[in-house]
Parts: sequence; structure tokens; C-alpha cells
Amino acid sequence: MEKKHIFDKPENVKRLLWIFYAICAGLFLIDAVFHRHVIHAWENLFGFYSVFGFVACVVLVLVAKEMRKVLMRKDNYYDDDR
Amino acid sequence: MMMTASLHPALIFFLGALAVALLRGRAQSVALLLVPVAGALNLLGLAEGEVARVTLFDYTLTPLRADRLALLFTYVFHLATFIGVIFALNVRDTGQHVAALLYAGSALGAVLAGDLITLFVFWELLAVTSVFLIWARRTPRAIAAGFRYLIIQVGSGLVLLAGVLVHVQQTGSVAFEFIGLDGLASWLIFLAFGIKCAFPFLHNWLTDAYPEATPSGTVFLSAFTTKVAVYALARAFPGTELLVYIGAAMTAFPIFFAVIENDLRRVLSYSIINQVGFMVTGVGIGTEMALNGSTAHVFAHIIYKALLLMSTGSVLLMTGRINGSDLGGLYKTMPVTAGLCIVGAASISAFPLFSGFVSKSMVMAAALEEGYGWIWLVLLFASAGVFHHAGIKVPFFAFFAHDSGIRAKEPPLNMLVAMGLAAFLCVFIGSYPWLLYDLLPFPVEYHPFDSTHVVAQMQLLFFSALAFTWLKLTGLYPPELPSVNIDVEWFYRRAAPRLLTGLIAFGRPIDLAFRRIALVRVERAIAGVFRVHGPNGRIARTWETGSKVLTVTLLFVIVLVLAYL
Repeated sequence: MEKKHIFDKPENVKRLLWIFYAICAGLFLIDAVFHRHVIHAWENLFGFYSVFGFVACVVLVLVAKEMRKVLMRKDNYYDDDR
Repeated sequence: MMMTASLHPALIFFLGALAVALLRGRAQSVALLLVPVAGALNLLGLAEGEVARVTLFDYTLTPLRADRLALLFTYVFHLATFIGVIFALNVRDTGQHVAALLYAGSALGAVLAGDLITLFVFWELLAVTSVFLIWARRTPRAIAAGFRYLIIQVGSGLVLLAGVLVHVQQTGSVAFEFIGLDGLASWLIFLAFGIKCAFPFLHNWLTDAYPEATPSGTVFLSAFTTKVAVYALARAFPGTELLVYIGAAMTAFPIFFAVIENDLRRVLSYSIINQVGFMVTGVGIGTEMALNGSTAHVFAHIIYKALLLMSTGSVLLMTGRINGSDLGGLYKTMPVTAGLCIVGAASISAFPLFSGFVSKSMVMAAALEEGYGWIWLVLLFASAGVFHHAGIKVPFFAFFAHDSGIRAKEPPLNMLVAMGLAAFLCVFIGSYPWLLYDLLPFPVEYHPFDSTHVVAQMQLLFFSALAFTWLKLTGLYPPELPSVNIDVEWFYRRAAPRLLTGLIAFGRPIDLAFRRIALVRVERAIAGVFRVHGPNGRIARTWETGSKVLTVTLLFVIVLVLAYL
């Protein structure tokens, strides 16, 4: 039998995800104690970069998903035009 | 021609290409490796600010102008060639090696060109040499894509030539200096640069052709063409505000396409446009810090993009597949490639201590300082987006995700070495950027590892990753599907041919009717002529002598009467 690889065990994936969530939480909360020097006023909003990053990616993916309805064609769409 | 100790850098590459064309086997490999090394040694002897001029007819051409801006590009082009030839070393296809060296030489010639005529010559050489890297794949798709690429690239050169001719006519000078958007000539030149730079709507040649090239061909392609265009813009149009908006659009729109694209090398092609967008924005802002940021980003980008395309190229070579929907789980048998790909992904995503961070943040800081608040938000969105598609999607779907069952081996040693070298440079530039900063056109007063920058970037990136995780776990993330997404190319690959066939189908009956009418007319005319001139026609009849005398007499009478009147 083939040897088990690191992500074949669901608990390893789970462990990795928890570490990841912990880092995210830490980065979010750091805004409470960290005073950055800012240029843009929005940078001072609590959790601006965290919220922006999350929302930007969700919007990006959901919009792209909708774009598929208009743009997606079969794999061989262009193949008959040679 | 005045020259000191050095040869023209392009010449070394062209002579090297000749040697590679003649040699075979081990000798060819040695020659391949020697070209960028000899080139680099030659660069050492090239003094900053060195200029070589030749006189051709009435014009003074400047085939070599080695100022700081040009030299920075020549350094990274040498580096990219060196990495590229190591990666391509196991390829047994002399044509590809020759094309790659000629292409790299043309790129050097273009960035060192001090006049517009020399620029034009190398601009076209870039097109005709690089297309062989696409054709070398030898699939019907690649050959068709290569032709489309060639037409558009040569077209860009013709627009450039038109612009240059008008420019020379107006100014009397062929010098390649600041032009600025003002009048027909400048717009034509701007458009020519824009085509090669993959401006929105002019971008599709890139995402069409690059993914069809050979695994090593794409590595070379990603390094040179668009960067020569960025150089040309930085030389001729710095501070042109329009470029800020064009650049911002370039950073934003390709990431939507990249998210839904299945071919991972096409995903990376879209992210080339995204990254070049940052450079173009910097050129548009035009301050010293922005131009430093743009040029630093060129340097960093060439290396991490090569790394990403080498790792996906390795996947393509070893598995024969490149679609996200076919791949997954490759980390089990290709852990080294997977690790190197992640270094490239971290660099393009601009993680602190990786190369993208020390260059891209300069452009973004410049945008804020110059009051481009909205543009900054777009760039921030694009930064999150690039991490999403190039940073997470490419390594995730190739090496992790669901297990595709493919058990491909690691690529040959030379490919691993090339990737290792690129990965080392990504980390080195990212953690010790001052060597790169010393090469930039202007003095650098920017501190990348300022805690504000680092914390902000980490927050942005981790929460982008969190969004990916959330979308993936909830099943909202669009699955990788075997598909193509139509883009601007649809207009010239589908709409225009269809319109033409439609027009032909519509016009054919009308054309036929006209022909029929014309044919009837012609036949009638022939019949009429035949009636008069034919064997039984009036003209052909034999006349009696008497009647002839009568006619002549009649004629005399008429003449007489007329004479008396």
C-alpha cells in the first residue's frame, strides 16, 4: 500500500487550519494595540486591512463565478476555427 | 563606432545563438550556459553612461546607451537568460535554444537602443524570434496561436514605425528620449508600446499565446516582451497620468479571469498582466519613488514569474497536464517542485521577506503619497487578488487539493537547479533588498520593513487566504472546470470570421444576380456585333461595283452641297 502522506490524515489538515485561524485572529486584534503611521484616512479604521482583504477576495470570487455564466465555453470552443 | 573594452551586449547573444546552432550535444549545452555568463562579464566592462553612435545616411543612430535605467534591465535580462537556459538544458531542440538566445539578445538591443530606429528594429526582432518558442510546441493549437501572436506583435512594430516616421518628420530627431502624449506621433508610439505592454483590450495575445508555448519557452516569453514595453514607457512617457488609470485597470481586470481559468499557465499569464499593471501605474505616477518601484518590480517580477512558470512547466512536462481540473495531490511525489512553487507564490503575493514585497509596496506608497487614493484601493484589491489566484490557486490546485492519482516524479536535475536559483534570488531580494535598491534609477529613501507596511501586508494576505478557505470549505468556490473563457480574442477569433462568412453568404446571391445581368448584356452585345460583322452580317456582305460607284457619287454630292452652304 502506498505510504500515507501528511495531508492524507484529516486531523493534520484540521491542525493546520487551526494554526491558520489563530494567526488570523492575532493579526486582526493587533490593530487594538498597534499604531501605524497612515496616509489614507481609512487605514486608521479598526481592522481595515483584514476586512478589506477578506471582502475583496469574496467579492472577487463571487463576481468571477457570475462571469462564468457569460464567458465560459466548452474546452474545444476554438478548436474548429483553425 | 566608438566603444571601449566592451562589445554590444546583444551581439554576444547573437553570436552565441550562432554557436549554439552549429554545436550539438554537450558542447551545445556549454555554449548555452556560456552566453549569459560571457554577457555578464562583458557588462562589467561597460561603463555607466557609455554611449555608442553610428551615422547612417543623414541620421545619427545610437545603438548603445547604457544609462542606469537601461543597465538595470540588462542585468535582469542576463539573469533571466541564465536561469532560463539552465531550465531548458535538457531540451533536445536546437531551434528552441537558438530562438531563446536571439530573443534575449533582441530584448537587450531594445532596452539599450538610444534612438527610435534601433528600437524599432529590435522591437520587430523580439516578435519574430520569440514566436518560434510558441511554434516549438508543435501542436496545431500552438501553431495557430503563434500566428495570431506574430500578427499582433509585428502589427505593434508597424504602428511604432508609423509613429517614429511622423515623430522624425516633426522634430527632426530620432533620439529615443521623453516623448509625452502630445500629437499624432506620440499617440502612435504610445499605442505600439501599449500593445506589447498588454494594455486592457490589447492584452489578449499574451494570454492566448504564452500558455501554448513549450515549458521553457513560456519562461523566456514571460521575461522579455512586456518588460521591454515597460522600459519603453518609462523612457518615453513617465508621469503620463493616463498610465495610472491604464495600469490600475491592468492590475484589476485579469484577476477575475484568473480565478475562473483552468489552464494554470494561463492563470499565470493573466497574473503577468496584473503585475505589469503595477509597473505601468508606477510609470504613470512618475515620481522618483514610483519609477524606482516600477523598475524594482520589473526585476523582482521577472524572477518570481519565471519560477512560477518553471514549476508549472515542470508539472506539464512530467504529467503531460496543466489544467487545474486534471491535477492535484502532486506534493506527494514532487515535494521539491511544490516547495519551490510556493516560494514563487509567496514572492508574487508580496509576503514580507519575499521579493514582491520590497518592490510593489513602493508603487503603492507612491500612489498614496501623490493623492491617488482610489487608485491605491484598486491596487490593494489587486494585491489581495493576486495572492488569491497566483499565490493560492496555482500551488493549491497543482500540488494539493483533491488527489488526482497522478504520481509524477520530480523534473530533471537541471530544472530543479534553475528553480532553486530563482527561489534563492526571490528570498535574497526579499530579505536583503538594498543590493537591488542600489541599482535603481534614483536614490532610494524607502524602508520596506517598517512595521506599518509589514503588519498591513500580513493582515491583507492572511485574510485573503481566510476568504479562500471559507469559500472552499462552504463549497462557494467555483470548481476547476475543463473549459475556455472567452475574452477580447473572441472578437477576432469568432466574431470577425463569423461576420465575414455572414457577409459573404449575404453578398453571394447579390453578386450572382449582378453577374447574370452582366452576362446577359455581354451576350446580347456579342450577338449584335455578330449580326453586323458575322459571316452573314451587313458589313461582311459582298457589294457590287455599281452600288459602290453610286455610294461614292452620293458622297461627292453631299460634300459639294456642304461646300456651297
